Amino acid sequence: MSEATMADSTMPDSKLPDSKLPDSKLPEATAAEAAEIVTAHNADQGGHGTTTGISNNKLMMWAFLGSECLLFGALISTYLLYKERFTGFAEGLAPFDEDGRNIGPRFGGENGEGVFDIPFTSVSSFILLGSSLTMVLALSAIRRGEYRSFRIWTLTTAALGSVFIAGQIYEFTEFVEKGLGFSTNIFGSAFFTLTGFHGVHVTIGIVMLLATYIMHKQGRLNSDKAETVEIVGLYWHFVDVVWILIFTIVYLFPQ
Amino acid sequence: MTDSMTTTAVDAAVDAHDDDHHPSDLFYLKIAAILALFTGLEVSTYFIEDSVSEAFLFISLSVLMVVKFVMVAAYFMHLKYDTPWFRYLFIAGLVLAMGVYTIFFFAFDLFGLG
Repeated sequence: MSEATMADSTMPDSKLPDSKLPDSKLPEATAAEAAEIVTAHNADQGGHGTTTGISNNKLMMWAFLGSECLLFGALISTYLLYKERFTGFAEGLAPFDEDGRNIGPRFGGENGEGVFDIPFTSVSSFILLGSSLTMVLALSAIRRGEYRSFRIWTLTTAALGSVFIAGQIYEFTEFVEKGLGFSTNIFGSAFFTLTGFHGVHVTIGIVMLLATYIMHKQGRLNSDKAETVEIVGLYWHFVDVVWILIFTIVYLFPQ
Repeated sequence: MTDSMTTTAVDAAVDAHDDDHHPSDLFYLKIAAILALFTGLEVSTYFIEDSVSEAFLFISLSVLMVVKFVMVAAYFMHLKYDTPWFRYLFIAGLVLAMGVYTIFFFAFDLFGLG
């Protein structure tokens, strides 16, 4: 298909922003310029040469993220089920209060200070949230063709994700030192599986970000292929929204 | 006159294009600031949980969690601006997950109704 034919086929009248245009008839030159904008718009958002007019790559990513909801739903549900079966950490650490009430991981450690370190995990949450902002700024920059900004924001996002992962490794190490390991009890298994799976997702996201950076440096990724960055961004933001759920449900909800 | 009309029409088209798909960086910063504020509110509940009821904590944390989730999905993931088919796919996954695991909770009597 020639470019001219492609442009015609990707420029349905319904895509014209009629409501924003003046009511009076447009001069030919104006119409031509407006048509160029709409063509560019379609090439960016809808003109993907597919029968649906929707990018197959983005469609696939959204279908994948929909299926990921089931994966993390399973892990969060399992955690909720098994946190009630919290049976203490190491010998000598009482997980129950004087009345025999299960007081959970936030207050169940030595001297009752808890195993979870909420202030520390809160900082990690802010860092991951901040990485979502830098991700959208990276996408925004490559769309505008501001490649230096794109490189800076992409590396910043990867760096923030790495700091989050470093924090998680530190946190896990602390838990093990306090007596809560993967096989200590069923709560530990559910907790480490849930947060570990999330950590693996963040790590994969960092690899994807670095891959986009390298592709850009090799000249294989520019503003024409901003959709690639958008798809990586979708994955990254999904990892962020999953952490929003985990942080509240696992760390903040009253025991 | 013609130039003016051309400029107006093109500006309008560009605005429409931008409004539909590409919010400004300032807009993203505002969204991030609101998300940070909500996260701060969530964390603050940890320090006051002895002085408020568990029900209040549970409800307020749940509301903040859902609002943050929706804001990131709508604005950062562009669900608000993209074709509704993406929204349908994502919501289908969410609804399916919530349905399946609600049944799971009933099966394991997590709600204590058995």
